[in-house]
Amino acid sequence: MQRSRRRNLLIFRWVVLVVVGLFFIAPLVAMFEFSTRGNAINAPRTLDGWTQVAQTPGLIKGIIVSLELAVITPLAMLVLLLPTMVWVRLRLPRLKRIVEFICLLPLTVPAIALVVGLKPIYVWIEINISPETQVLAFAYLILVLPYSYRTLDAGLGAIDLQTLSEAARSLGAGWATVMLRVVVPNMRSAILNASLLTVALVLGEYTIANLLNFQNLQVEVEYVSLTNSNTSTAVALGSLVFAFALLLLLSFVGRARGHPTRAEEILPSSASSAGIWGQRV
Amino acid sequence: MSENRPARAGVEVRLEDLSRRYAGVTALNGLNLTIAPGELVALLGPSGCGKTTALRLVAGLEEADGGRVVFGGNDVTGLPANKRDVGMVFQAYSLFPHMTALQNVEFGLQLRHKSPAERRQRAGEVLELVGLSAHSYKYASQMSGGQQQRVALARALAIQPTVLLLDEPLSALDAKVRSRLRDEIRRVQLEVGITTLFVTHDQEEALAIADRVGVMNKGRLEQLGPPTEIYSRPTTSFVAEFVGLTNRMAGMVKGGEVDVRGARLPLVRADSADGPAIALVRPETVSLAPETDATPGPLVGSVIATSFLGATSRVTVDLGDETVLAQMTTADASKLPPGTRVRLVLRPDAVLIARDESTAAEA
Amino acid sequence: MTAAGNPALTAAARPSGGRRLSLSWIGAVPFFAYVALFLLLPTAIIVVGSFLATDGSFTLANFADINKPYIIKAFTNSLIVSSVSAIVGAVAGAVLAYAVVTGNPDGTLRRLVTSASGVLAQFGGVALALALIATLGAEGFVTQLIQLVLHINIASGTWLFDPSGIILVYLYFQIPLMVLVFLPALDGLRPQWREATESLGGNTWHYWRYVAGPLLAPSFLGCTLLLFANAFSAYATVAALLTQGGVYITLEIQNLLTSETEQTQPGLAQALALTMIVIVVIVTVLYTVLQRRTSKWLR
Repeated sequence: MQRSRRRNLLIFRWVVLVVVGLFFIAPLVAMFEFSTRGNAINAPRTLDGWTQVAQTPGLIKGIIVSLELAVITPLAMLVLLLPTMVWVRLRLPRLKRIVEFICLLPLTVPAIALVVGLKPIYVWIEINISPETQVLAFAYLILVLPYSYRTLDAGLGAIDLQTLSEAARSLGAGWATVMLRVVVPNMRSAILNASLLTVALVLGEYTIANLLNFQNLQVEVEYVSLTNSNTSTAVALGSLVFAFALLLLLSFVGRARGHPTRAEEILPSSASSAGIWGQRV
Repeated sequence: MSENRPARAGVEVRLEDLSRRYAGVTALNGLNLTIAPGELVALLGPSGCGKTTALRLVAGLEEADGGRVVFGGNDVTGLPANKRDVGMVFQAYSLFPHMTALQNVEFGLQLRHKSPAERRQRAGEVLELVGLSAHSYKYASQMSGGQQQRVALARALAIQPTVLLLDEPLSALDAKVRSRLRDEIRRVQLEVGITTLFVTHDQEEALAIADRVGVMNKGRLEQLGPPTEIYSRPTTSFVAEFVGLTNRMAGMVKGGEVDVRGARLPLVRADSADGPAIALVRPETVSLAPETDATPGPLVGSVIATSFLGATSRVTVDLGDETVLAQMTTADASKLPPGTRVRLVLRPDAVLIARDESTAAEA
Repeated sequence: MTAAGNPALTAAARPSGGRRLSLSWIGAVPFFAYVALFLLLPTAIIVVGSFLATDGSFTLANFADINKPYIIKAFTNSLIVSSVSAIVGAVAGAVLAYAVVTGNPDGTLRRLVTSASGVLAQFGGVALALALIATLGAEGFVTQLIQLVLHINIASGTWLFDPSGIILVYLYFQIPLMVLVFLPALDGLRPQWREATESLGGNTWHYWRYVAGPLLAPSFLGCTLLLFANAFSAYATVAALLTQGGVYITLEIQNLLTSETEQTQPGLAQALALTMIVIVVIVTVLYTVLQRRTSKWLR
């Protein structure tokens, strides 16, 4: 490359990165600044906004419920999806394309639209199963399908499932043993990947919870923001940092096994992004 | 081959003292080379020797740290690539995937604002020249590697450049396609009469098609000359070992000769100092005679294996403390099955020697 | 497994319990049942419900109601905000992606931007709304900064809550999304194409006009469509920012679900939901078609 072109490129890159950097860092700084403001003008900085989280019962409840959902949903996802995918690969290969198509369907149904159809179903659930917020897991499972499927499919593709399961079965293992002691240990990174992203989605979900009249973390934060902006901003910043930490952890786990951090690692396929973001924002 | 070269109007290309450094490493250290009009010079060497760097400096894709590049008397050193009027063929993947073969070839003409009729005609000519007229409307993904490289060649020639530069154009292809395509490239080059610089790490390629071969090592040109000279009269041990096969046989230098296991061979450098040395002996200068006498001798050994190479064969002989390769006709080799005791006869050609420290192991 | 010839032998060769295939499908039942209940059923409810009047008869009135001015306005607002944020986000994201891809492919910058984009593309809804209020709201950090330095009060109106403000807010997840989905295409540009263009006499402009531009165009267009669908479906962000509903189609749906009009017009919410789904499906299909073209050239 010519020296002048190289120099121009460098200038271009620096300008772009600085401008974009400022654009994105500004709100984060603003959130921190906002959440630490005192009550009156020229009042000193205070961490009241943060400590008051503990004194806002609604928020505490929201955090707890969302954390519970963040445990239930990935577990339910793994229990539903993984055995099915293994079974389809081994015994019903013709169904693979159908299963894949179904798992990608939620991308084309925006959460706000889906909730319209979910309402009557949830009316029934609240009467016959439970009115607790945890029943949101049913809907969340659908939301995480596309992403989880892609991740687990990639993980399954990397191990020779056919051979491993036949070997285990020939040694006398039942299906439960095959799943727990052969498949799962060999897919640790994919399972962790799928689970962490499920957690990130669950913690950030607002649309369905709100319109079905449940109070999860994001709904509570929004509610609190109407009266106490310091605290709500603090929680919002906290959840953002938490999500960032999760994804950073993910990238290290991936790299430890020698994966390059390409865009596809965080977003397995461009096609899967539409609904995910549509549903969450 | 050079005797058949028609006298056409090519341009002389001169590289004067070219140097290039990257991040503290000297990739090219003062290269001097003059390519005669219409000549094909091959730069041969292992990876990292600087041959590709030299080519890219001639192309203008990189800037030299020192030296000049001159096309027919014009100093082009300061010109960027797009002003140098060179035609370049890359190792792979250089065809634009969204254009057909014809569109690819026309591209350079389009940049020179030729009329569509002119473009079509000229592109048709060069595609005919490389034998791919039938594939004009195909895309890169629909063509084989060999076909893609031929289109790349046509594209480079369509603009009638001053000099043709080829960067290992055959390395990414299958062996069979490679030998056919290299003859094609040579045929086209002779027909057009364009001055050409061809870079490769495959010595067979270089020896087969070049008018002259320049062997490079660690940024320097070790030897430049016609293929026969490079092969049979290497001037450095690197060249001797990189080009063709060489036996390294322990010997002792005394008085302008080297004594190799009792055989006395003249030296290329008659003034070499006395002392132990390694003689570089070509397999085709080693002949084998069946040894009926049971007494062992320094030049007596037994055949271990024979490699069949078609018309010739290579016989591996175990001398006890050394292994030697001998090359001969297959008919002769078939008379010496493994296990045969043989006596080596070394033809008294002048040999190069290497002292242990001076010859690095080359891949 | 030829059955012809020796029935006795093949019968013995079959495992007990009948033909293998007929039992295997049971393993897939839980999954299909679940999806049927929580994805297909709601969708069916939406589809059927949009064609139902309150008395249960078939009607197209719900779709006719879309013609009401306030709904048209909501659709228009949504389409405008989605389109503009998609286009601006696509251009800005493409430029940022280019700045990243021209650097070291294994370097820290690339890793940082990719991770950050992964986080920020999910950075929607309530957290984003609060972040932007903290930045550009009436008492926002940047607002006060500008007040201090330039003595201009930008928050005298409710700019942040106007469409132009919403567009700015959306950019915060549109740009990272663009980086994520467009980077692979940029990665596919081979350096040989640039060098071939140069050696044939072309300069930077020629390269972008004849080579890189046409090659990247389908992907760029597809990614823009993706961003459009993304913004169009967005609900949480505007819900958190705008305390009064109805200005955007997603908020309109919220309105219908939570107000009394639901009792008199349940079908309207469903008709709107169905319309949204159809729009997003069309956009997604177009995107997939464009991606296929791209992947052929930029593997």
